[in-house]
Amino acid sequence: MAEMMKGNEAIAEAAVRAGARFYAGYPITPSSEIMEYLSWRMEEVGGSFVQAESELAGINMVIGASACGVRALTASSGPGISLKQEGISTLCDEGLPAVVITQVRYGNGLGTLFTAQCDYNRETRGGGQGDYRCIVLCPSSVQEFVDLMAPAYELSEKYRIVVIMMGEGTLGQMMEPVTLPDFVETKRTPWALTGKYDYKKIGIFERDSRKEAVELREKYDAIKENEQRWFDEGIEDADYVFVAYGVPGRATLGAIRELRAEGEKVGLIRPITAWPFPEKAFAKINPACKGVITVEENATGQLVDDAALFIKKTHKDRNIPAYALTYVYNTPPIRSIKADYFRIKNGEVKEVY
Amino acid sequence: MAATRERKVPALVDKPMDFCPGCGHGIVSRLIMEALEELDQLNNIIFPIGVGCSSNLGAGLECDRLHCCHGRAGAVATGMKRVSPDTLVVSYQGDGDAYNIGIAETFNAAYRNENITVIVINNTNFGMTGGQMSLTTMEGQKTSTSVHGRDCSVTGYPIRFPEIVAREFPGAAYAARGTVTTPANINKLKGYIKNALQAQLNHEGYSIVEVLSPCPINWGLSPVKAMERIEQELIPYYPIGEFKKRGEEQK
Ligand SMILES: Cc1ncc(C[n+]2csc(CCOP(=O)(O)OP(=O)(O)O)c2C)c(N)n1
Ligand code: SF4
Ligand SMILES: [Mg+2]
Repeated sequence: MAEMMKGNEAIAEAAVRAGARFYAGYPITPSSEIMEYLSWRMEEVGGSFVQAESELAGINMVIGASACGVRALTASSGPGISLKQEGISTLCDEGLPAVVITQVRYGNGLGTLFTAQCDYNRETRGGGQGDYRCIVLCPSSVQEFVDLMAPAYELSEKYRIVVIMMGEGTLGQMMEPVTLPDFVETKRTPWALTGKYDYKKIGIFERDSRKEAVELREKYDAIKENEQRWFDEGIEDADYVFVAYGVPGRATLGAIRELRAEGEKVGLIRPITAWPFPEKAFAKINPACKGVITVEENATGQLVDDAALFIKKTHKDRNIPAYALTYVYNTPPIRSIKADYFRIKNGEVKEVY
Repeated sequence: MAATRERKVPALVDKPMDFCPGCGHGIVSRLIMEALEELDQLNNIIFPIGVGCSSNLGAGLECDRLHCCHGRAGAVATGMKRVSPDTLVVSYQGDGDAYNIGIAETFNAAYRNENITVIVINNTNFGMTGGQMSLTTMEGQKTSTSVHGRDCSVTGYPIRFPEIVAREFPGAAYAARGTVTTPANINKLKGYIKNALQAQLNHEGYSIVEVLSPCPINWGLSPVKAMERIEQELIPYYPIGEFKKRGEEQK
């Protein structure tokens, strides 16, 4: 039975049900209710919760718990996720799984509290030092967020990689009907530090970084091949294909349905994995398509780089233009998306690529 | 003929560690391993290891260990211990790691009274990166970033962290400082390390042992002179002893 729940609380409960038994983090709007909920809930299920002195400490506590084989979680937003980047890079270096939730808010520096998608580049490129990627999931509803928590841990353990749940302020703050998943039974990972040294590890100075880098690349190639997820509608015969994720992806779905009803041939690709980017969806696009249009909650246009890359890669014979509708912050209303679509159709908007 | 006694290498050490001649790190590593052996904990130990010459510990050990981001071992140890409450978690860090870059994590782990043991090798500088000034550098001490000698009026005074723990954190189980200058001091230090480990085993709370340790290379002294510097210059400022004993009430 679906029950009305606040996004962050439903997400926190879903994490517990997905087997998370350790949380460490530092409060920040719009993600704080996740840690507030887990501050009492972890104890009930025999897990541990630490209110860390900073996001830096939080991610390093996650490193400790994950190294000991326990499903670990941290959540934050904007500047807090910036502070976690060295730790995320370290998790990747050690091949340790973890799930990091970001409920994105708009802005540089301290930023604002508005719901946004300004951190797409940071999350999908690996915002810390080095040569790594994280799997990035970008749900568009509270239910989808909740349903992706168990797969997030499965992916992170299967590939020994960090999974970023790239939400938005809205997804944490709004209430929606939610059906919670069942509890998952978990065991400590086989590589867990137990104090008994069951899992052998070579010394730090004996590591062969060149060999490891090649293996890592093979791993990332396998993820790109096997783990692309997306939703699409109406793209096989579309003149224009929208590309949008998260809550704007939902608004865009509403927009394309209305536009279809008005006789416009439009479709939507809604990435569910922002990395690996759903390149395979682009192969299904109408070869005669006149353009792809991203809908983004940022000012500079970030998603459009990937949309353009893959439309041009999959349709090499034609230089299909890529447009970006950038709404800075807050979910764009369906009527704005529709109005801006007609401006593109009428040649009033310049393509980005 | 005198009987030759073979020097026994502790079971957890599987490779030589590359410390400079006269460095104190090696002695302390050995003491920790001996203490673990005597407490029958060789199969129940995880080391979150700091960044610095302390990293060499990870290179030479045959046991569970994790190299932490520079300064963050206090947080990593917290995560480990919270999910493995019956396994010994011992962080091994330098003064730069634990006090400069890592003071927030070191301080907060002590503040929360995490049931972990922290070993800090205080050699009054950043050994690994070429002997820069640290929070424990003595007033007037020349380092590669205090070439005219440390001016405490603009850089602050050398920190005495175990004393802070003993004075300010009522829950903490144990705080001590030792050194490696003489066999007597080495024996005393081993006792401190054992006390700290025992406190953790009994779930008594946070324990810290700081070690005054020579870094002859960066001090520009011979190994023997470096030991003398500890005796003459460091101990008067950084006293040796137990500041918080196990089971002792807060004063
Ligand atoms: C974030 C970060 N900053 C700087 C460094 C470079 N670094 C490595 S070790 C070190 C200082 C270590 O000094 P200390 O903890 O006193 O250890 P020692 O070598 O003296 O035993 C520094 C600055 C690093 N590895 N990471
Ligand atoms: S630089 Fe100093 S601390 Fe590092 S190994 Fe050499 S003597 Fe020891
Ligand atoms: Mg040092």
